[in-house]
Amino acid sequence: MTRHFLGDTAVLLGRSLRHVTRSVDTVITTAIMPVAMMLMFVYVFGGAINTGTDSYVNYLLPGILLITIASGIAYTAFRLFTDLKSGVFERFQSMPTARSAVLWAHVLTSLVANLISLAIVMLVALAMGFRSSAPVTAWLSVVGILILFTLALTWIAVIPGLSAKTVEGASAFSYPLIFLPFLSSAFVPTATMPGPLRLFAEHQPVTSIVNAIRALFTEQPVGTDIWIALAWCVGILVVAYLFAMNTYRRRIA
Amino acid sequence: MRTQQTPAIQVRDLRKSYKDLHVLRGVDFEVARGGVFALLGSNGAGKTTAVRILSTLLKPDAGVVRVNGFDVTTQAADVRESISLTGQFAAVDEILTGRENLMLVARLRHLANPAQVADDLLRRFSLTDAAGRRAATYSGGMRRRLDIAMSLIGDPPIIFLDEPTTGLDPQARLEVWRTVKDLTAQGTTVLLTTQYLDEAEHLADRIAILHQGRIIVDGTLADLKRLLPPAKVEYVEKQPTLEEIFLTLTGTNT
Ligand SMILES: Nc1ncnc2c1ncn2[C@@H]1O[C@H](COP(=O)(O)OP(=O)(O)OP(=O)(O)O)[C@@H](O)[C@H]1O
Ligand SMILES: [Mg+2]
Repeated sequence: MTRHFLGDTAVLLGRSLRHVTRSVDTVITTAIMPVAMMLMFVYVFGGAINTGTDSYVNYLLPGILLITIASGIAYTAFRLFTDLKSGVFERFQSMPTARSAVLWAHVLTSLVANLISLAIVMLVALAMGFRSSAPVTAWLSVVGILILFTLALTWIAVIPGLSAKTVEGASAFSYPLIFLPFLSSAFVPTATMPGPLRLFAEHQPVTSIVNAIRALFTEQPVGTDIWIALAWCVGILVVAYLFAMNTYRRRIA
Repeated sequence: MRTQQTPAIQVRDLRKSYKDLHVLRGVDFEVARGGVFALLGSNGAGKTTAVRILSTLLKPDAGVVRVNGFDVTTQAADVRESISLTGQFAAVDEILTGRENLMLVARLRHLANPAQVADDLLRRFSLTDAAGRRAATYSGGMRRRLDIAMSLIGDPPIIFLDEPTTGLDPQARLEVWRTVKDLTAQGTTVLLTTQYLDEAEHLADRIAILHQGRIIVDGTLADLKRLLPPAKVEYVEKQPTLEEIFLTLTGTNT
């Protein structure tokens, strides 16, 4: 760590936020797919899905928020890949700049961009009838979980961003992540799924995160779900961070 | 900063291989302070590899490499304080404007007045009119000028230019040459790589030729000329060179 780490990260964060504001379409594209899914599930399939709750939007939203994040982080991999390809990354590395500041700037940019996309999705959900009378503390907890989840997935995105050979390679990793909520309690209760699938669905990270957020929104007791959710988020975050840093060190060696 | 006595660059028995490809097989050279040192070599000779090692982007397999008196492997941060790199391919942020690119580098070099620095360089490199445009819209020559301008920020004592004029038109090429001369006038040490022999002839105080992984000659232009049979005296009518014709017709001769 050099003494300039914070200052350099702030300067580079300003730079990549400018990239985001100059391609607002990326933020909107990130929001469009989850919004489309939400419209389709609520108005097309929603009538036929029995979740045991009266409002399907309320049931669906937590999963949609996670899908938003999973699709948003692909842009982080893309921006990192572009920096490497254009030589800008090497220019920073040959300067007396704190070395990991470039990575942190991209990670923080991902957080900001994803929070904006999440806010857009949230507004659409409200327009579609999503309601929650949860207290502020519950909302803050939801935001906290979403931030942790974004950071965890962003550090995963850093790995292909640094090591991909092609643009497609840099973003393809996110498809399975986008798909994961479908094999969880996000759209239908896991109790309706056949044996092995149900086993997988009930023990994969998305289910506990979705259940925790849903419980917070509906003012139900969060039980152990929130601890499992936090453990998953922190666990993925730490492992992805270590792998990303290792990839980074090999890349700049 | 180091005393003036230490050479700007010392390279002893530098080796670097990519798997089975032995690119540098014991490179030795030394660059004194001030002036231009040209590293010549054909495609794939290893010029970029050497420059990347000198600028701490690549680790050497073996050998001693010191830049501004600092070892590139053990004192990389000090080396980075002392140098600036203009890579073979212009490294500018295409989404930012020219001015923003310059200010970004000035901030990352922790200078006090980034805006002032940017405006001065824009003027010096005739980019003032394009300052507010995104670098993605720049021509190849403008991009290269911006790239070099970004490398001058912070006045590092040693500058690496990897094929700075490849792909430039003759006028832009002359501008780069003038910049290099200005730099040396200020006492900066410039190491440049090139494939254009006339460029080396025109700019360099010392020339080294990298061939098959080693430096095969190293000396002043006069030293190098002495390696060949002495020139015969012939009387010929001097024809204008193509370059002179081009510059006259395009009206860019200065
Ligand atoms: N990352 C790499 N992995 C494998 N081989 C590499 C790598 N980088 C360079 N090489 C090889 O090393 C050799 C030297 O490359 P280098 O780029 O240093 O040459 P150069 O003298 O700069 O050539 P040019 O004039 O074309 O720029 C080439 O054969 C190149 O293919
Ligand atoms: Mg090269």
